[in-house]
Amino acid sequence: MMGGNGPNTNEVGRVERPNWAPGDIDLERPSVARVYDYYLGGAHNFAADRAVAQQTLEMMPDLRRIVLNHRAFLGRAVRYLLGRGVRQFLDLGSGIPTVGNVHEIAQSVDPAAKVVYVDLDPVAVAHSRSLLDGDERVNVLQADVRDPVSVLASPEVNDLLDLDEPIGVLMIALLHFVSDDENPAGIIGGYRDRLAPGSFLVVSHSGYEADEETPELREVRTVYEKAVTRTTLRNKAELTRLFDGFELVEPGVVRLPAWRPESPEHPDASGRPFPGFCAVGRKAQR
Amino acid sequence: MTERVDHRVRDDRSPLDPAVLAGAESFARSWATAVIGSSYVPMTRAEVAQHLQDLTELLVEALFASPFRTAPGYEIGSRLVDAHFTGTDTLGRTIQLLGDDLLAELGSAGDDRLQSRLAALQGALAAGYARALRERTLAEQEAIRAAVLDARDQAEAMLRASEARFRAMFTEAAIGIGIADIEGRILDVNQALQDMLGFSVEEMRQYNVRDLMHPEDAGSVWRLYDQLIAGECDHYRAEKRFHRADGEQVWTHLTLSLVRDDHGEPQYQVAMIEDVTDRHLLQNRLRYQALHDPLTGLPNRALFLERLGRVFNNRAKHVRAGLCYLDLDGFKVINDSLGHDIGDQLLVEVGRRLDHSVSGEGKLVARMGGDEFVILVEGSTGEQDIVDVADRVLTELEAPIRIAGHELSVSASIGIVERQLSGTTSADLMRDADITLYWAKADGKARWALYDPERNAREVARFTLSATMPRALERGEFYVEYQPLVRLEDSTVTGVEALVRWQHPEFGRLAPDRFIELAEETGLIVPLGRWVLRKACEEARRWLVEFGDAAPFVSVNLAVRQSRDPELVRDVKRILDECALPPHHLQLELTESAIMGTADEPLEALRALCDMGVRIAIDDFGTGYSNLAYLKHLPVHELKIAGSFMEGLRAETEEDPVDSQIVATLVQLAHALGLGVTAEGVETPAQSARLLRLGCDTGQGWFFARPGPPENIDSLLRGDL
Repeated sequence: MMGGNGPNTNEVGRVERPNWAPGDIDLERPSVARVYDYYLGGAHNFAADRAVAQQTLEMMPDLRRIVLNHRAFLGRAVRYLLGRGVRQFLDLGSGIPTVGNVHEIAQSVDPAAKVVYVDLDPVAVAHSRSLLDGDERVNVLQADVRDPVSVLASPEVNDLLDLDEPIGVLMIALLHFVSDDENPAGIIGGYRDRLAPGSFLVVSHSGYEADEETPELREVRTVYEKAVTRTTLRNKAELTRLFDGFELVEPGVVRLPAWRPESPEHPDASGRPFPGFCAVGRKAQR
Repeated sequence: MTERVDHRVRDDRSPLDPAVLAGAESFARSWATAVIGSSYVPMTRAEVAQHLQDLTELLVEALFASPFRTAPGYEIGSRLVDAHFTGTDTLGRTIQLLGDDLLAELGSAGDDRLQSRLAALQGALAAGYARALRERTLAEQEAIRAAVLDARDQAEAMLRASEARFRAMFTEAAIGIGIADIEGRILDVNQALQDMLGFSVEEMRQYNVRDLMHPEDAGSVWRLYDQLIAGECDHYRAEKRFHRADGEQVWTHLTLSLVRDDHGEPQYQVAMIEDVTDRHLLQNRLRYQALHDPLTGLPNRALFLERLGRVFNNRAKHVRAGLCYLDLDGFKVINDSLGHDIGDQLLVEVGRRLDHSVSGEGKLVARMGGDEFVILVEGSTGEQDIVDVADRVLTELEAPIRIAGHELSVSASIGIVERQLSGTTSADLMRDADITLYWAKADGKARWALYDPERNAREVARFTLSATMPRALERGEFYVEYQPLVRLEDSTVTGVEALVRWQHPEFGRLAPDRFIELAEETGLIVPLGRWVLRKACEEARRWLVEFGDAAPFVSVNLAVRQSRDPELVRDVKRILDECALPPHHLQLELTESAIMGTADEPLEALRALCDMGVRIAIDDFGTGYSNLAYLKHLPVHELKIAGSFMEGLRAETEEDPVDSQIVATLVQLAHALGLGVTAEGVETPAQSARLLRLGCDTGQGWFFARPGPPENIDSLLRGDL
């Protein structure tokens, strides 16, 4: 998970110090990664994080299920990529590692699989490092994922991953923190152009179609943005456009529960359209 | 928690009983359905089902175990947490499902003993779950706090590294850096600055920035400093000198910057100081080379002009200064005959002597180029100061100069200008000195000349006249007046002399003595003379037409240059022809020197004119050096005796016997040669009477008539007067 997105706008819209600034470790300010951890049932969080998480959960109890779906999609997608022979993963905006992390899934299939976690949140990165210390097939990089050149040029990536071989690039619950101003297509392009053919892009993204917005969704978003960070929701068409240069694998861009569910008899049970889309794309052979 | 509950176990049912196994499997499926989605577990549905199946079997085993123990219940609670069934709904649904369904699924509903055991196991499961969740929560809290500390350590390490880098930059910088507070107390200086100024950091800390003031500092340096300290400017650059600890000086480029605190108030000042001493010294050397003559080592023209300019810039009222502009006499001859090397050595020695004879405050000797030198004397009290300097220089140069076995005597000409500075400029001063030097040369060299504004004005006027003369001729500013030549015997007007005048728009009416010489110098005399000749001939023709035999001839002066003009004869002939004037109505007057000094060619021209019938007169006879033997052979008709001889004949009562005798002799001489005689400058009746007595033929002068317009002659001829 990214430690934020763009200049943090609060109070009267005044642009404050950017909240990804290195060394900015303020436990009074909720972090995207720690709030997410709380949603997942983790205790890697502080009072401020829990306050926001609880407030939003009270307004929308369904939120936990939504978050679980992103996490579950991650698991399904990684397993899918492993099935397609991918053994290298670049997890962008990886956040606080709880359980069911990419390397655990990957290494359960092939112990030689390699993973690089990237996040800007210094606490998330420090926690990841202490957890993964000693695993030579896992690196943790503190960097801004919106800067593909720096990420791909870093020793953490280059020492571990072979960029001439296919890589699975994961952007789970990440791009809704990247505004249009920050050119998400350009960011994706920055990674895509450097990837070997046969590489995959995995994206899950909060969003809904125009007629699906409920007062509840709007309210939760307002609270979250005020306390944590800005978000940019995208619909199916918008997400599809971000896969420029990739061939979408079946079933294309769909709502999260619908992407290759484990059992056909277990679709999303809520009855309402799930507020998020996902897709996996493969970089074509030249 | 390993609480033992003392229940006796009934042995009729075994956990391996197929009916029990089937019941357990069924329960596990219900359990999975109840809890999936209540917690995030990183397992597939199948894995979840398998996990719960395992736990169900453990539970069933415990239910029928003998002796009965609650520990497995505790373990199951713990294993749920381990699998990340951390959502508390998971526990609630599990406990409820166990109570509601398990015994029924196992076919033992209503068995009080099993019911009691199940309750004990439920309690143990809840306890184990709570314990494990608490452990996990504490562990995760500890992990995230540790991560915070790590992250902070990391950030601090980066900060320290960053600080170390900045410290290294400060310490290792080749440029001197110093930091002081806003009161000017020096807080820190880097090694480069310590080395530059020769003070240690401890010594520097004793100083205030203001202690580093240097007497040569430009005022702006400290003015800007005050502004910076006051927060009015944020940085400035300056050239500044510092005293080193060893007493030497350091020239520097200083950049001073203000550091403000978070509220924008001035907090520190940071100085960046670059040692430019070497560059400065090099610049000085280059400047010296640019401003001095490499041969003599004296200041050169550029430095002299700079100094002169400064003298004029700093002038106060009544401050005076003087210049000697000096040029060696005949230096070119030495250079050409003995070679440039000797010439150069001579200049070196001259330069040395000048420098030697002229020394002291406010005096500057410079070589202007070639053999020209100049001496500037600032703060002179009058001309005499500079004359003294010039005398000393001339005396100093008198002793012969020995170079390579040659003993060379040199002299110099000096132009002197001395004046009060207000109301004049350096350019004026230089120009006047140059002019005056020219006068000294013209006056005979080896001397000085003093600038004379009147002489200069005359020369300027001469120059102005000579420059404007060609246009004047075109514009018709010249005109001709006529003065009668009168036969003494019967007072008949036999001829008229044509006299050119210039009606100058600025200087008024000018007589020939003001401009004829200039016209000779510039060559304009030829067209001017031709114009006068034509004018006079036209007039003569008019008189001839009007008065017939009584008409006078015109006598026109011929300048030396005209007399040597190869076109003269043709010009005269053409003009006579064009005016239809018989040649004997024209007389040309030449001076003695013009005729006597002539080579063959002009003489031939005179002969040709004479043969044509034109009369030739010698003007101002007696004032030149006539070759009397030669005179006999010249084509001349008339002698005009210079007016200066008339002085002695002027008085009414007495006459000067010498003048009288000279005139008588000249008249006799002329008559002996068969020439007529005209006396010029006749101003009194006595002179006229005496000239008649002495046998002179013709008279000219104010006594008869002043020069005037041609109409005056008309009147005379008509006898109107």
